Amino acid sequence: MTDKPIIKVVNLVKKFGNFVANDHLNFNVYEGEIFGFLGANGAGKTTAIRILCGLSHPTSGELEVAGFDVYKQSEQIKKNIGYMSQKFSLYENLTLRENIRFYAGIYGLSKKEINIRMDNLLENLHIGHLRDQLIGSLPLGWKQKLAFSVAIFHQPKIVFLDEPTGGVDPITRRQFWDMIYQAAKDGITIFVTTHYMDEAEYCDRVSIMVDGRIEALDSPAGLKQHYHAENMDEVFLKLARAS
Amino acid sequence: MRTIGYIIQKEFIQIFRDKTMLPIIIIMPFVQLIVLVYAATFEMKQIDMVVVDQDLSTTSRQLISKFQGSPFFVLEGNTFSMDEAEDMIKSDKADIVMVIPNDFQKKLMSGETSAIQLIVNAINATAAGLTNAYSSYVIADFNKNILTENINFIQPIQTRSIDVSYSYWYNPELNYKIYMLPGILVILVTIIGAFLAALNIVREKEMGTIEQINVTPIQKYQFITGKLLPFWIIAMAEFAFGLTLGKLLFDIPIVGNLGLLFGFAGVYLLVALSLGLLISTMASNQQQVMFIMFFFLLTFILMSGIFTPVESMPDWAQKVNIINPFAYFMRVIRMVLLKGSGFSDISYEFYSLLIYASLIFSLAVWRYRKTA
Repeated sequence: MTDKPIIKVVNLVKKFGNFVANDHLNFNVYEGEIFGFLGANGAGKTTAIRILCGLSHPTSGELEVAGFDVYKQSEQIKKNIGYMSQKFSLYENLTLRENIRFYAGIYGLSKKEINIRMDNLLENLHIGHLRDQLIGSLPLGWKQKLAFSVAIFHQPKIVFLDEPTGGVDPITRRQFWDMIYQAAKDGITIFVTTHYMDEAEYCDRVSIMVDGRIEALDSPAGLKQHYHAENMDEVFLKLARAS
Repeated sequence: MRTIGYIIQKEFIQIFRDKTMLPIIIIMPFVQLIVLVYAATFEMKQIDMVVVDQDLSTTSRQLISKFQGSPFFVLEGNTFSMDEAEDMIKSDKADIVMVIPNDFQKKLMSGETSAIQLIVNAINATAAGLTNAYSSYVIADFNKNILTENINFIQPIQTRSIDVSYSYWYNPELNYKIYMLPGILVILVTIIGAFLAALNIVREKEMGTIEQINVTPIQKYQFITGKLLPFWIIAMAEFAFGLTLGKLLFDIPIVGNLGLLFGFAGVYLLVALSLGLLISTMASNQQQVMFIMFFFLLTFILMSGIFTPVESMPDWAQKVNIINPFAYFMRVIRMVLLKGSGFSDISYEFYSLLIYASLIFSLAVWRYRKTA
């Protein structure tokens, strides 16, 4: 982790009619860190992540992702980020290989490059046998891990993960986080939303959102100390109840 | 270009992997083509007739047998009661009632005019018109014979008449199938192509996979082109297949240049599929797409001139047809196949559709949003 901000957010506001989903958010994410974006359901996490990915327009505020302006250079941003949405998003009726080839192709990777990286991926995850299986026939845990692998296949600077571990068992979640650590080690900045508080402990820094506002932002250790809490669960409950 | 190639590759894999879609794409249109071409005909084969003969004379019987001798009329009943005859029309057992008055023969023999009454069921105006025309023809023929016989009695003079001879161009046997097949083929390829294209994008929206595409740096025109081309290729193949079937099964004439026809079909399908994609970019689920497509297809098809000539439509309807892609192709496919029209004959339609295609395609690209 460096002290060079790769995401800068100043006074981000997003309104849907009268409803304020993001109320003046301010934060920086630094290159190479694992940034946890925590909050209850409906706190506004997904709204913010979609704005940062260029899937939605902010109402106001200044935003910079990977050095590019969200308003004017959203296509530049898209070249430099990966995204894994809440909704599982690989094609169920395509095989793993076909899914990878399709997405990597859209990102403009050469055929040779695609094949080399695909072989590496299959080898690292020991899943050579899954190569020609339809994604739809795989268990959810594998689908999630593969969706993550596809999201970082083009080696983006930042990857946005929106509740990537929803609905999977603890062992798979642990494996998933191993993959996240590996990606971070390879230099990819991780921006991850979750509502599992144990996962928050794995992050370098976490922000906690309550009702569209960021109520706290620090390292897990710092937060626990500040709120006199044993674990992140307590921190979160204290913040959520206070509102 | 490579990006578009990857989309096309993916779409084809998905289409050919779908075990329910494939038969729908291939078998359904051909079953329809065969069934509809046989069924959609305006030829009158059997006109059911009831006679109320109040005269019961030799002359009246001659007239009735004249009708029986015609290949179009079937004598369903003979009655004295008008009520009974009316009942037969009401219960759909008869299409026409002929009432012969009791002084029919007497008047004719004494050189007076006699009137017979024809009551035609006109629920279907076109059929009624034909029924009327056929029976008038039979009666006129009968009339002429009576006249000649009577006149011959008194003095042999020659009846002079103008002999009209017809020559039917481009469809000398007045074969209705040859007229209908090209039109039905146009409808089938359009429905298959446009529906496949329209449902495609909206399905990606429903599945959530479109989000994953929207975070990539893909350009909007690449996405729309990649979505259009696979279905364009399928529709063109379908068109070729349908023409072959028409040639083999119905022996439709192919007088004009096939290259010209396919070139025109290609431009036409660009319009139809772009329209489907445009709807798809605006709708948020498959249900909406189905209803909007249904609205446009039904309106466009019925106004296209497949059944009724566009020229006999009211003025405003002909103006509306300027935006009806079916109307252009319906006219051109018949011109090229049956008449052998060349490019100069269809250049107006060709350039119109070309402009239309680029307009709708641009609109679809513009309307496709990478942000929600």
